[in-house]
Amino acid sequence: MSNYTPQRVLDCQGDACPLPLLKTKKAMAEMASGEILEVVGTDPGSKNDLPSWANRTGNVYLGEEEEGNVFHFFLQKK
Amino acid sequence: MNNRNAALVTPAEGSVLSPEVETFISEQVRLQVAAELKRLGLDLARPKRAALIASKGTLDMAYPPLILATAAAAMDMEAAIFFTFYGLDIVKKKKLSNLKVPPLANPAMPVPMPNIIGMLPGMTRMATWMMKDWMKKGGVPSIPDLLDFAKENGVRLIVCQMSMDVLGIKKEELIDGLEFSGAAAYLDYAADADITLFV
Repeated sequence: MSNYTPQRVLDCQGDACPLPLLKTKKAMAEMASGEILEVVGTDPGSKNDLPSWANRTGNVYLGEEEEGNVFHFFLQKK
Repeated sequence: MNNRNAALVTPAEGSVLSPEVETFISEQVRLQVAAELKRLGLDLARPKRAALIASKGTLDMAYPPLILATAAAAMDMEAAIFFTFYGLDIVKKKKLSNLKVPPLANPAMPVPMPNIIGMLPGMTRMATWMMKDWMKKGGVPSIPDLLDFAKENGVRLIVCQMSMDVLGIKKEELIDGLEFSGAAAYLDYAADADITLFV
């Protein structure tokens, strides 16, 4: 059970750099301030890339959850 | 602290300045500081900028500038790729889907390949097929896809006019959405960049 209640879920499974970043940017652009996006992915690089992305774009990286090889990243729109 | 400094730091009791005047002064100071910083080339509010050069026409060397530029754009940075010399193949209609990776003199091949074998006919094709296969399995976008992402996300794709002339390449041979300019244009853009890379 997740600690966060996302308003939107983005499937990036199978995608490698830079696709998760590009898809996250696009999804976040369509969201309202304060809403939470869940990015579901399989790229371990995203564990460092998405926090960097959030830091640079001013959005908030809330955290991640792992289920085997699948990662769930939670980001809040600024 | 002497009396003069104290007066500057703490407003004297029963200040002679009205709140309107104080507001006016602080606004003027803010504008003047901003103007001075801008004059010095220190515009702190401007986005970060990446200025990349793509100078190689092989498949392996086409990826780094395109991945970095699209990632920069995703991170709200300004980004431009300046295509020069063999890098022009990356934006050539007939070449961009058909870039190759040479096994010759490349000790980083997954199966170490002696040069004498790397020079045999068909080996470049095999190495290229292998690289495309890893990229596909790894979920990395293809070169044509990356070019589309770059354009969609506002990455400026600038072609070196001199390289075109020297290599005898016509604009019709290149993809749409390119800009054409020279060294000064790149340097002007790169002079205000936070990241510059030559690939």
